[in-house]
Amino acid sequence: MIQIFKIALRNLIRYKRRTLLTSMLITLGVLMVILFSGLAGSFKAMMIGQITDSSLAQMQIHKKGYVSSIDTSPLNLTINQKGYKKIEKILKENSDIEAYAPRIKLSGMLSNFKDTTNIRLNAIEPEKEIKVCPNITERMKFIDSQIPDVLLKPGEIIIPEKLAAGMNIKIRDSVVLVANNRDGSINGLNFTVAGIIDTLMGPQGKEGYMHIKDAQSLLRMEKPEIIEIAVRIKNFEKLDAVYSDLKSNLEKTKNKRGKPVFEIHTWEKLSPFSNIAKMIDFMTISMRFIMIAIVLISILNVMMMSVYERIREIGTMSAIGTAPIKIMGLFLAEGLSLGLISILSGNIIGIFGIYILNINKIRFAFGRMDDILLSPAISFSEIAWVSATVLAVSVIATLQPAYKASKMEPVDALGHI
Amino acid sequence: MALVQIDNISKIYQTGVVQVKALQDVSLSIDEASFVSFVGPSGSGKTTMLNLIGCLDKPTKGKIFVGREQVDAFDRRQSAMFRGSALGFIFQSFNLFPVLTAYENVEYPLMMIKNESTSKRKEKVLKILDSVGILNQKDKFPDQLSGGQKQRAAVARALITHPKLVLADEPTANLDKKSAINIIRLMRTMRDEFKTTFIFSTHDPEVMKEAEVIYTLEDGRLV
Repeated sequence: MIQIFKIALRNLIRYKRRTLLTSMLITLGVLMVILFSGLAGSFKAMMIGQITDSSLAQMQIHKKGYVSSIDTSPLNLTINQKGYKKIEKILKENSDIEAYAPRIKLSGMLSNFKDTTNIRLNAIEPEKEIKVCPNITERMKFIDSQIPDVLLKPGEIIIPEKLAAGMNIKIRDSVVLVANNRDGSINGLNFTVAGIIDTLMGPQGKEGYMHIKDAQSLLRMEKPEIIEIAVRIKNFEKLDAVYSDLKSNLEKTKNKRGKPVFEIHTWEKLSPFSNIAKMIDFMTISMRFIMIAIVLISILNVMMMSVYERIREIGTMSAIGTAPIKIMGLFLAEGLSLGLISILSGNIIGIFGIYILNINKIRFAFGRMDDILLSPAISFSEIAWVSATVLAVSVIATLQPAYKASKMEPVDALGHI
Repeated sequence: MALVQIDNISKIYQTGVVQVKALQDVSLSIDEASFVSFVGPSGSGKTTMLNLIGCLDKPTKGKIFVGREQVDAFDRRQSAMFRGSALGFIFQSFNLFPVLTAYENVEYPLMMIKNESTSKRKEKVLKILDSVGILNQKDKFPDQLSGGQKQRAAVARALITHPKLVLADEPTANLDKKSAINIIRLMRTMRDEFKTTFIFSTHDPEVMKEAEVIYTLEDGRLV
């Protein structure tokens, strides 16, 4: 076997320029896939992390019909204490759940006593919310740039950056928040601005925060009610499995008409970024197809030329008694070696490229988020996938020329000029 | 005792509508350890005869026996196995593998066909390279060897598996007079040493003189 690969390598070296050009082309294909996967993958992971860890959470549970409601903040689809207890029980029984947090989502009018504008708010339990969205404070600015021990106290509000800039509101300023409850009656409360939050892409990226107890007072809820429960799991890779498990458990709670009372959605159903993530996946797959085409065409071309140029040599091999399967093996080893050399160089240059990109941090703007910092990374499994694909395609591309070589009649091959 | 028995063979090539009778009703027998030459002008059927004996081609009619085997009845795989085990080939253009050194070219049949161990291969290859007089050239690639040295390497490659029969198609055609005679004499020496039957074709009168048995072919017929 070693001897076969030795002969294969020497045959590759024999046509130095052709081998070099083909190898460079395949290396470029591998490099493209590694760099693109590294950049696109890290962008996707970072954006998903931003969305799930700082605002949306990984999953949300609502009263059935909430997400598809035509109202932006429907207050009639609340979960009462009894419902919340049921959901809590299901969540506590699931060992994959890391944390959960109740929320009320509402719209209101914010006034600084001079100007008034509308605002969407998340009413939260700060201690629970920070466990579900651990990066939430990264987007927030507080007085003296100090993150407070308690993110938000009753009577405090955190408002979106653009709104603060537009209304010239600063931290510690007093504002009035006016909101309609589900019956249509209006109520208003005074708040102190505790912090300002950066804009983030997505439906919840321009929302303010308030304490859940304040929201219940503002909306004149006689008994505590909530709108949604944000859920975080221990291992993000298991999201789909945990989602299915929770969904089937939640659907067991039915209303009088026998329909499920609750609904659960993953971040993918709640954020428009999931479509961008799908596009990124599609582009990554396209890149892989381009690489496969490059490897297939270039190795097939080189090996076909190699067979045509060495017909007499194949005739000699055959004449002196080399079995057809061994002749085929010689050419397969040649294609495989070419693939292997290209993989090695592609992987080395690709990993080095990722390293260089990490040293020279890439900054860019996306949506309304400025100065996003990318840290490209490539997983071992991705490199293994690329390598295995190139090797497999190299062998597939060599099969036809190798088979042709093995089937040559020695008398015809020896007489070939 | 006859090593090669040819019974009434003919070989007809069909080229479009034209039929070329390369060999017609040829019968002969060749003894073991003999040194035989097929002679005749170009197109007389010498190469066809060697190809048929060497299981590289099949006759249109007739039978060929090499040893006890009827080689014209072999299928592709059997032919390849028989060539690897019982036959050696020497070609006009040497046909050494350009990516292998002289040593590796001679080693090739032992490695790829006989699957012998490295130590056994080494012993055999060094011995035969010494016998053909190119031991000091063993690490050179074919393009670094002279024509005579290349053909010596080819002779060594043909003999390394100790075949019953070595077939050489115009082995001296690409060599100068002196080298040609030297190669034929080397082949005869090897015949004496290994008791291998040598059949070669030539149209060079000087080379013909070295043969012990000469068959003359003309227009595909033995004359």
